[in-house]
Amino acid sequence: MHVIVCVKQIPDPALPGELDPATNTLKREGKLILDESDGYGVEMALQLVTAAGGGEVSLVSMAPNDEVSGLRTALAMGAAKAVLVSDPALSGADALTTAKVLGAATKKLDDADLILAGTESSDGYTGTVPEQLAEVLGLPSVTFAKTVEVADGALKVDRQTEAGYDEVSCPLPAVVSVTAGVVEPRYPSFKGIMAAKSKPVETVTLGDLGIDAVSWAQQIVSVDDAPEREAGEVIEDDGEAFGKIVEFLDNLKVI
Amino acid sequence: MGIDNIWVFAQAANGEPTTGTLELITKARELGATVTAFLGGDAGPIAGALGEHGAAKVYATGDLGGSLPGVAVAAAMQAVIDGGDSPDLIMFPQSYEGRDVMSRLSVKLDRTVLTNSTEVAVDGDSVTVTTPVFGGTKLVNSTFSGERPFLAAFRPKSFAAEPSGGGAAEVADAPVPDLGAAGAAAVTAVHVEETTGPKLDEAAVVVSGGRGLGEATNFEMIETLASLLKGAPGATRAIVDAGWVPYSLQVGQTGKVVKPTVYVAAGISGATQHMVGMKGSKNIIAINKDAEAPIFGVADLGIVGDVHKVLPKLIEALQSRG
Ligand SMILES: Cc1cc2nc3c(=O)[nH]c(=O)nc-3n(C[C@H](O)[C@H](O)[C@H](O)COP(=O)(O)OP(=O)(O)OC[C@H]3O[C@@H](n4cnc5c(N)ncnc54)[C@H](O)[C@@H]3O)c2cc1C
Ligand SMILES: Nc1ncnc2c1ncn2[C@@H]1O[C@H](COP(=O)(O)O)[C@@H](O)[C@H]1O
Repeated sequence: MHVIVCVKQIPDPALPGELDPATNTLKREGKLILDESDGYGVEMALQLVTAAGGGEVSLVSMAPNDEVSGLRTALAMGAAKAVLVSDPALSGADALTTAKVLGAATKKLDDADLILAGTESSDGYTGTVPEQLAEVLGLPSVTFAKTVEVADGALKVDRQTEAGYDEVSCPLPAVVSVTAGVVEPRYPSFKGIMAAKSKPVETVTLGDLGIDAVSWAQQIVSVDDAPEREAGEVIEDDGEAFGKIVEFLDNLKVI
Repeated sequence: MGIDNIWVFAQAANGEPTTGTLELITKARELGATVTAFLGGDAGPIAGALGEHGAAKVYATGDLGGSLPGVAVAAAMQAVIDGGDSPDLIMFPQSYEGRDVMSRLSVKLDRTVLTNSTEVAVDGDSVTVTTPVFGGTKLVNSTFSGERPFLAAFRPKSFAAEPSGGGAAEVADAPVPDLGAAGAAAVTAVHVEETTGPKLDEAAVVVSGGRGLGEATNFEMIETLASLLKGAPGATRAIVDAGWVPYSLQVGQTGKVVKPTVYVAAGISGATQHMVGMKGSKNIIAINKDAEAPIFGVADLGIVGDVHKVLPKLIEALQSRG
């Protein structure tokens, strides 16, 4: 079984985000790490390949620079190889362009039985790329998967809904987006980290994918500061602070 | 030209339009456009409520027969658009279904999508949407260029749902065309999680717990307190992912957006992704043992203390009031 996982590389979310003053788009320079949301997809793919009795996990990623640190993390977890689309023209690309580019990148690899993605990225969180990718490739899709099993060439997925979950069946090949917490991503072993250094990462430009030009029909016109919520009273609990809460609720007439 | 014709992707649950749907229909009406709802399912039971909020017409696909809405409704929308009724703007709720339909349609029509928006303004031919970023501290205003329809998704509770007193919406059929391979996923069973008490996104009081509770069994304190206050329990993603409570309790960017009269955050740090789901609450009470926790930055009453000490006493005090 061949599973392709879409992995986004993002600036460390622990660092404060910044907007590029010239373009008002999110700054995505320097070191990028594997988006935590995609660690679940990588783990799920590795488990499905093991359960299938063999195969390979490949990665596709799009980034405005040549960074591969995030890809190396996923390779160290056990993925076999990666295709990175890196082109300055992709800086500030919208979700639709991202999906088209990722779709073209999958063609650089052997045909996939399954393509996995996260439900939403940590820094962009449009939550649209996986379903757009499915449409670009003309494939069926199941979004918001909580569990994924493959049996007899078809998927059985428990799909998160607002009210509970649906059981969904879907033939392969297909695109599936997985929710956070579906599986526990493994920590790369020392051996895995060493092995990842020599695994193949093919870096390609838009031209290499046969895409001449990209554009998107949206412009950021301005950025405002949001009105701030004032912090109120903060008190240290001396054993009686619960009384303050009762009083507060009383004043609001909720008790 | 102007923005005269707006579609709203409509959703229904238990024979009623969802609140998110009515919020968007109300907003579309306020923008001065002719409003059409587009529903994956049968419009009969909800045409009245949709009309009352301002929809003149509702396109309905009829029963989807187990197809996932994303691909099916998008194909039905495309068929209507190709048939000549093309809107200027399509508004989607930022819900699971909304996102999926919008995504499929964006590729079919080759249109960009603007997501996670909380405001929309129309000026002549131009549409500007506002999206909070960095945990809601900055507001990014973006406009569409290129061809219509423009596609935008809005976070729940961005607008208030208000009836305008209109009559039932006219119902028009919008059948799902043959979907081919892309439509091969099928729902085989539906599971609804049992809930009691008020719904999380409608309750006047929400009591949420986070990782600071220490372990799953301590969530009982949150449930007890919520029920004493006739409210609903909520949770952070940290404890949903840890399997302590079901996802339906999650508050935040990937969970529910709540705007209760009182929000109690117990053992919650106040990560930006949690705060975007609860910052709109009228009053916020936070209990956290770390005085530096970001949640105190938005709390009206902050208690620096241990949830294992404060919550039991609070529960006892409320119980004794009867
Ligand atoms: C793409 C993306 C989407 C996300 N969506 C969501 C979302 O929708 N909702 C959400 O909630 N999160 C979301 N998150 C996760 C979010 O970033 C945080 O990880 C999460 O909210 C933290 O939960 P927490 O506050 O329970 O845990 P922690 O951050 O671990 O905080 C626990 C707090 O408890 C306090 N504490 C510990 N012991 C005690 C005690 N005895 N008494 C009192 N206080 C104590 C600690 O001081 C600490 O502040 C998302 C993350 C990403 C990347
Ligand atoms: N630039 C990218 N490179 C690789 N995968 C991506 C990229 N952007 C989005 N994705 C995939 O799509 C998912 C949802 O992202 P988003 O639509 O941005 O919320 C992510 O979790 C990734 O799996």
